Amino acid sequence: MTLHAFIQNLINGLAAGSVYALVALGYTMVYGVLQFINFAHSDIFMLGAFGGLYLASWLAGVHPQPLQLALIMIGTMAFCVIVALTVERIAYRPLRNAPRLNVLITAIGVSLFLENLSQVVFGADPQLFPSIIKTVPLLEGDDIILNNIQVLVVGVSLFLMLILHWIVHHTKLGTAMRAVSFDIQIASLMGIPTDLVIAFTFVIGSSLAGSAAILYGLSYPKIEPFLGVMIGLKAFVAAVFGGIGSIMGAAVGGIVLGLAEVFTVYYISSSFRDAIAFAILIVILLVRPQGLLGSVRKVKV
Amino acid sequence: MNKRFFLIAIPVVAALYGLDYFLNEYINEYVVRVIMNCGIACILSMSLNLVNGCAGQFSLGHAGFMAVGAYVAATLTTVFPAGPSFQSHLGVGMAILSGGIAAGLAGYLVGLPSLRLRGDYLAIVTLGFGEIIRIVILNIEAVGGPRGLPGIPRLSSFFWIYVWAAITGLVLFRIIRSSVGRALLSLREDEIAAESMGINTAKYKVQAFVISSFFAGIAGGLFAHYQGFVDPSSFSFNRSVEVVIMVVMGGMGSISGSVIGAIIVTVLPEFLRFLDKFRMVVFPLILIILMLLRPMGLLGHKEIWQLFRFKRSLKKAVA
Amino acid sequence: MFSIFFRPCGFLALSLTVLLTGCIKKNAGDQTEAANRTELLFGEYGSMTGPESTFGISTHKGIIMAVEEANSTGGVKGKKIRVISYDDQGRPDEAVTTVTKLITQDRVSLILGEVASSRSIAAGAIAQQYKIPMISPSSTNPKVTEIGEYIFRVCFIDPFQGSVMAKFAMESLKYKTAAILRDVKADYSVGLANFFASDFTKRGGTVVADLSYSNGDVDFKAQLTAIKGKKPEVLFIPGYYTEVGLIAKQAKEMNYKGVLLGGDGWDSEKLTEIGGDAIVGGYFSNHYSHEDKNPVVQNFVTRYKSKFGEVPNGLAAMGYDAAIVAIDAAKRSADLSSKGLRDAIANTKNFQGVTGIITINDERNAIKPAVVLKVAGNNLYQYVTTINP
Repeated sequence: MTLHAFIQNLINGLAAGSVYALVALGYTMVYGVLQFINFAHSDIFMLGAFGGLYLASWLAGVHPQPLQLALIMIGTMAFCVIVALTVERIAYRPLRNAPRLNVLITAIGVSLFLENLSQVVFGADPQLFPSIIKTVPLLEGDDIILNNIQVLVVGVSLFLMLILHWIVHHTKLGTAMRAVSFDIQIASLMGIPTDLVIAFTFVIGSSLAGSAAILYGLSYPKIEPFLGVMIGLKAFVAAVFGGIGSIMGAAVGGIVLGLAEVFTVYYISSSFRDAIAFAILIVILLVRPQGLLGSVRKVKV
Repeated sequence: MNKRFFLIAIPVVAALYGLDYFLNEYINEYVVRVIMNCGIACILSMSLNLVNGCAGQFSLGHAGFMAVGAYVAATLTTVFPAGPSFQSHLGVGMAILSGGIAAGLAGYLVGLPSLRLRGDYLAIVTLGFGEIIRIVILNIEAVGGPRGLPGIPRLSSFFWIYVWAAITGLVLFRIIRSSVGRALLSLREDEIAAESMGINTAKYKVQAFVISSFFAGIAGGLFAHYQGFVDPSSFSFNRSVEVVIMVVMGGMGSISGSVIGAIIVTVLPEFLRFLDKFRMVVFPLILIILMLLRPMGLLGHKEIWQLFRFKRSLKKAVA
Repeated sequence: MFSIFFRPCGFLALSLTVLLTGCIKKNAGDQTEAANRTELLFGEYGSMTGPESTFGISTHKGIIMAVEEANSTGGVKGKKIRVISYDDQGRPDEAVTTVTKLITQDRVSLILGEVASSRSIAAGAIAQQYKIPMISPSSTNPKVTEIGEYIFRVCFIDPFQGSVMAKFAMESLKYKTAAILRDVKADYSVGLANFFASDFTKRGGTVVADLSYSNGDVDFKAQLTAIKGKKPEVLFIPGYYTEVGLIAKQAKEMNYKGVLLGGDGWDSEKLTEIGGDAIVGGYFSNHYSHEDKNPVVQNFVTRYKSKFGEVPNGLAAMGYDAAIVAIDAAKRSADLSSKGLRDAIANTKNFQGVTGIITINDERNAIKPAVVLKVAGNNLYQYVTTINP
């Protein structure tokens, strides 16, 4: 019984954590390159969910379902990329050499702007995200239930993370990204087109947000303009937890956070769910200030 | 110093007292309310400026300290059995002071981890702290949980809010101009260089945190006793962000800039009311444009009178 | 020292003076100006932006519709009604500021709002202070009307609604064990959950699990796993439709077989849209049923649909009722002074609103029966029973 409940919680935590991980990757990548918290990332995620919603009704006639899902996902990713690049070009690029706090305030401004604008455009009432794939239980015991959406969420997330890992560590572009994140000025002296690499970082981060939005819509089919706020905060916590700037860290952080939340609710108290997530984070940061998998960067005068 | 201090303080207090009377007698209550909101916002932004602007430590949990101050002060005057004996101007003053001290203690607790963390890690710890405070309050039935704490005596007047704002301004100003302030500025510019110059960075960081959160707690206590009601939703992450916006808008490290930022962030949305549902679309847009056109904030590192003095000396030079 | 301290104060004073121009106070108690105006001003405050805006906007639509209808039939005492609405962003301090503005600057005769009790309590104190009547459409915390004799509401209060569902679960459904899943961030939900729990235990039932979530959460599987383990016959979820649909869906995915119960926060077409077949078979208490054959209700639903293109949810109906109670009071009142309006509202008896027959009692609460509805899918509700106070 207790073991069954444990396994059930493990499944639920993994599925919830995978979405956090995908969103956290977007934060961590931008942070790794530009050293600033892209608060608007969670709203790109939110816009992705709405984009997916409209794409789904537009592509409703496409069969079979996996093809439809793939098309919607690619379309949403493209949409998120366009939004993110526009934001980057208009709001972030002019501030490249400004103090970091300014960029952060701008990001918060963009975030508020996108949220309130979507509320005007899409309305404040929550909307139903279409169930592109029907939820079918794969494993249906008395105490343990596993459905196809959960498997899909974890599977797609893992797949995307592997691709990302490959891009960052095994392509020329990835090497350039790592170089820019190491030292933007030296990278630019070495002939790396930094603006292009930064733009590409936004492309990757936002397309991950787009795909996360679809997975989110499938698991939690309720879409509203402020859905990004909480997810964004949690994903950011996950990124810091895992060691901000580290891709593996974001993935691990997201999943650990998902599990921590679920186990907190089950074994400790449901009303302290968010508090305990933050408390764990603070403890980890006290013990290991650079996060779980972050690397210590020696700063010289 | 002492003589001069009283030479200034007495007329200022008298002027505030007179202004209080004038506002209550002749000015529309809504406008008075907005002015009082400005006062509280000023205390918040000036105090955050010490940590964010001067010391360059990035705190996103100011609302949490405010909540501690508000709830401690309100509990003393409302929930506490001996509460009614606090319900005079002196008693509320004591309660607000206790709220400030409690918030200062909380600031000490949060300041400690900041010894090991820098930049955005600290930001997330303070953010997490603010959220934890809010969630803890949500779960304390004695102070109403999510239902809030009603029936707080409404005794914070214009006079008290602005007296505290003046004290905050004065104290922070003196700190910035002192050796502590110089040490904090050096922290902002380059922490490692500061350390190698023999500055005890840990000590100064914690000091900045404690002072800043003390005043945030005072602001919270004033807020509770002028609102007459507190609930956890008043101290959400959004309020912390609002205060950061005030600081950055006014200029990092500029106390008068913080005052201007606080006034703009409080008053501008009131003027934008005619925009209806587009109000909250236009406000962030103005913020973005300001950041793009004037990234150093309205005043930059300078104080407002320094700007004028600079122009004056420029004129002289030209002449 | 002089310069560094005095200058900011001088600046402060200067900026204040600039602010003050044109803000000269008018006598707050002066009612002749309001009486001599050619229109009757109603003030409304609510969350039109921010995460809780969906509730504020629904209420606003109901109010606007009521006022337009009243104006098309000639208004009140030959005067047209105008509503001034302000957004409080879902923040109590903003609510206080907006109500102060409505009273002292716009000089409204009456105030409508808020949905959330916390904001009604914060702003109600101001309305009471200036003796301007305020009618809350849907704040159910008993403390709201305890503020003073100028504060009213047109909905029932938490203790009653909590006991309605406890009574229904025990007596009609004959269940003995219940679990509660409350929204810890919403005062409404916590109030309802507390009163349900105490009433359910008093009647001899057991509450086997009492868990919580925060509005805005989307994953409730951990709570549901814990609840499922305790095997309650009913699960009481006194939250808003914004989350309940998802909770129902996940409960079904988790194979929870018990019956779902809820309160008036469920009433929206979004509940069945998001909850799908998972919510079918659940029961909730409500002020009215939009399938009620009563022509008042049917007329309201048709007109609302043709105006806004959607089925009115509970909050819209409550907003409408708050406004028509106010309009009715204005018609009956001897004059349009705030005292006259207050007395007329207090005298509301057996008034046919959309959400039932409203009588305002001595505590300024609406006394009206609650109905229990069963969710039947496709936004259809079956009327089950009426429970009288």
